Amino acid sequence: MNRPLRRVAVACLVLFGMLLLQANWVQVVKAKDYRNDPRNRRVLLRTYDRERGPIVIGTGKDRQAIAKSVATTDTLKYLRTYPGGAVYAPVTGFDSLVYSSTGIERQENAILSGSDDRLLVRRLSDYVTGRQVAGGSIVLTLNQAAQQAAYNGLQGKVGAVVALDPRTGAVLAEASTPSYDPAALSTHDPASIRAAYTNLLSLAGDPLVNRAVERTYPPGSTFKVITAATALSSGYTPSTQIPSPTVLDLPGTTANLRNFGGEVCGNGKSQSLAEAFRISCNTAFGALGMALGADKVRKQAQAFGFGDSSLELPQPVADSVYPDQLTKAQEAQSAIGQYDVRVTPLQMAMVAAGIANNGTVMRPYLVREVQAPDLSQLHGADQKVYAEHAVSAGVAAQLTTMMESVVQSGTGTAAQISGVRVAGKTGTAQHAVGQAPHAWFIGFAPAVNPVVAIAVLVEDGGSLGSDATGGKVAAPIARDVMRAVLGR
Amino acid sequence: MSALTAPQGPARSRRGTELTLLLFATALAATGYAAVGIGQNGTVPSGTLGYGLGLGTLYVLAHLAVRRCAPYADPLLLPCVALLNGLGIVLVRRLDLASADRARQAGRAVPRADAPLQLIWTTIGVGLFVAVLVVVRDHTRLARYAYTCAAAGLLLLLLPALPGVGATINGARLWIRVGPITVQPSEIAKILLMVFFASFLVSKRDVLSLASRRVAGIDLPRARDLGPVLFAWVASIAVLVREKDLGTSLLFFGIFVVMLYIATERTSWLLIGLALFAGSSFTAYHLFGHVQARVDTWLDPFRYTNNQGYQLVQGLFGMGTGGIFGTGLGEGSPNTVPFAKTDFILAAIGEELGLVGVMAVLVLFALIVERGLRAALTCRDSFGKLLGGGLSFALALQVFVIVGGVTGLIPLTGVTLPWLSYGGSSVVTNYVLIALLMRISDAARRPAPSPVSPSAARASLQDAPTTVVRRG
Repeated sequence: MNRPLRRVAVACLVLFGMLLLQANWVQVVKAKDYRNDPRNRRVLLRTYDRERGPIVIGTGKDRQAIAKSVATTDTLKYLRTYPGGAVYAPVTGFDSLVYSSTGIERQENAILSGSDDRLLVRRLSDYVTGRQVAGGSIVLTLNQAAQQAAYNGLQGKVGAVVALDPRTGAVLAEASTPSYDPAALSTHDPASIRAAYTNLLSLAGDPLVNRAVERTYPPGSTFKVITAATALSSGYTPSTQIPSPTVLDLPGTTANLRNFGGEVCGNGKSQSLAEAFRISCNTAFGALGMALGADKVRKQAQAFGFGDSSLELPQPVADSVYPDQLTKAQEAQSAIGQYDVRVTPLQMAMVAAGIANNGTVMRPYLVREVQAPDLSQLHGADQKVYAEHAVSAGVAAQLTTMMESVVQSGTGTAAQISGVRVAGKTGTAQHAVGQAPHAWFIGFAPAVNPVVAIAVLVEDGGSLGSDATGGKVAAPIARDVMRAVLGR
Repeated sequence: MSALTAPQGPARSRRGTELTLLLFATALAATGYAAVGIGQNGTVPSGTLGYGLGLGTLYVLAHLAVRRCAPYADPLLLPCVALLNGLGIVLVRRLDLASADRARQAGRAVPRADAPLQLIWTTIGVGLFVAVLVVVRDHTRLARYAYTCAAAGLLLLLLPALPGVGATINGARLWIRVGPITVQPSEIAKILLMVFFASFLVSKRDVLSLASRRVAGIDLPRARDLGPVLFAWVASIAVLVREKDLGTSLLFFGIFVVMLYIATERTSWLLIGLALFAGSSFTAYHLFGHVQARVDTWLDPFRYTNNQGYQLVQGLFGMGTGGIFGTGLGEGSPNTVPFAKTDFILAAIGEELGLVGVMAVLVLFALIVERGLRAALTCRDSFGKLLGGGLSFALALQVFVIVGGVTGLIPLTGVTLPWLSYGGSSVVTNYVLIALLMRISDAARRPAPSPVSPSAARASLQDAPTTVVRRG
């Protein structure tokens, strides 16, 4: 019986050899796949096992968390909460165990979750000392008062506000309505998360969309700032007389261009560039656009950031577009922000900020500081010039004067703040036949040494519907946000 | 079997080595016990010393019994078992703590802790180990009770299928209820039937191995000699159909075919066995939904992540997460895998002790199996050879079936991982198994009875006449 016994012994060794090989296959070759598979509950448990870092605004005693994790007693040790709620939701986004994450929660996940290499030394020491491993915090540039004012102003409307510090590019306010409560998507109950998410998707106005950076709109008359900047950079002066017919014939078409409400601009023949700007004369700017040509206007728009797909806050920003290959008629329409010109509210805030900062656009940023769990600074803000001299300082000064007169005595008087010189430009952008136009306001304050630049968009004119204009609907919101920043 | 097959080298009992290894295994298990507490709560659990001392005492007692009743038995077998069993209790305790944590968090009542029970079962197991060594002084005498064993074994095997006695747990009907505890009688039946097989085959081996017809180059047995193998096959199928237990069915059939092969030295029996296995597998796949589900899950477990493949997939995730060195005891989440204490205990080892732990466990099993087979090889009587070979192979096959299933090498069938898995029947039975192996090993390594002293025997070896050695 020895021969079969020896063979059985060999067979047993083969069986064990197969098991050893298979164990190596599972635990070495496939280990990485298995370890990081999203269906692996351990990934989730590990993620929720350490305290996710907070997203905070303000400094010193004003420091407040708009998103933070709190300890729980269930299997997932930490629950993500959003003290900032719907006011800050477009910025924070959500961190959901079903729907992944959005906003800062997504963009800064490495720091917040504690997996970033900059936290590595601390992680190792945490590991050795057995201390609970925690994520770092993200400090935002948002101004609490301005953010609240922006959100309040947009209440009951569909729209967005972006306020920047023109000197640095820091985002002071970034609001979008309708908004949502991110807490509903970050509970530990997948069923209730799914229900909340499905409900948000079914609501009118797409509450999950951050209109400040994710959507583009026709800029309407706010684009005249760019057309005027092109003209001033091409030899025009504010006092240069430009044609301002009551009806502008669009060459090559049977259509023509009229002013808002069919009004006559000045004497119906010509007026100064500054005056046409103050009263937002469509026919004058349409003619100006044709006189300047699309290439010059496009180049100016690109200098402010149009067509830049690499822009991020860190959230990615949708491209603003000045279209290619325009006919003369389309040049006229584009010069007043119609036809296929599309912008994000952030882009228009950058235009205002560039003019406010003597022609230089600073790169907009939202993260002021990255902190380790002990609040020591890991990384400061990157203040960078985005576009050096998008317009010259001289042109910026001329535009400032022209924009001041818009608020003083033009279409934007609703943006006035007592004791402060405010510069601005309104816009009322038609976007579809039979639908109320979008209301716009862009501007900055104070006119001398500005500290805040802003863009306000209200879709479909808000509650005013077809009577809406940028001056009536958007300018008051801008005024309130600027006042909040100025502390007046 | 009167021939002299001298054990290699001088006959040394090496009991001291066994004791040292046993104490080492106990210390290792106690360290693991402490590590679980540190990993979970950050402190050395208060029960560590008691656990270490209790386990140590058990194994020292077992060792003393071996020293007295089977002094020449292989010194490696018991320490390997002790290490596996000690580790098993550590893991069961670790999973106890995890489920208690989870229950507290969910506000449910904390479930019964299984580790103390497992320790009690271990005590009973070691008690039976000692009892077998004391009672069965000569394994050949077991052959006399072959038919009693057969009857008892068959009864136990088919008991769960009877209404009223049997209990269905997790879809398989292989338990019987005795008061508050459930027993898995097929485990005990396994050993009883092996004793019967060994005795039966030894008495019939001549007719089974000699009478044959040559067909297409291989010796095929006569049709009427196919009786026993067909009987085993039918019994396996009965287990499969009535009790829905793939693992036990496969185990029984495999063991029987291999014992038939060892007894007759005829490869044709293996081929017949394989053919029957293939045929019944194919039929079972097409007839029974649960067999089909197992195979489909094995082929693509990730397709069934959220239903029938959940357990397998979570086990694979656990082992993958553990990687080479594991998360450390108490640091992983092995309780994510359903039945982690029983069938899927290897996944828990893989997660917390890593590939290193899994390989160590597999090597321990391989050592036991190969040492058992070595005892069978050197044993001087056919019954001992056959029983030793069968017991060793049974162990290897059981480890292969469950570890292969858990790691995705073969379709998953639920059997326990000997000594490691939680479960009284399994632990107790496997202690009986190892006691029998040690008895056979003792007989194999024992110096041949000699009228002269060993030194005198060595001295006179040169002058000894040649002896007729019958092939054993």
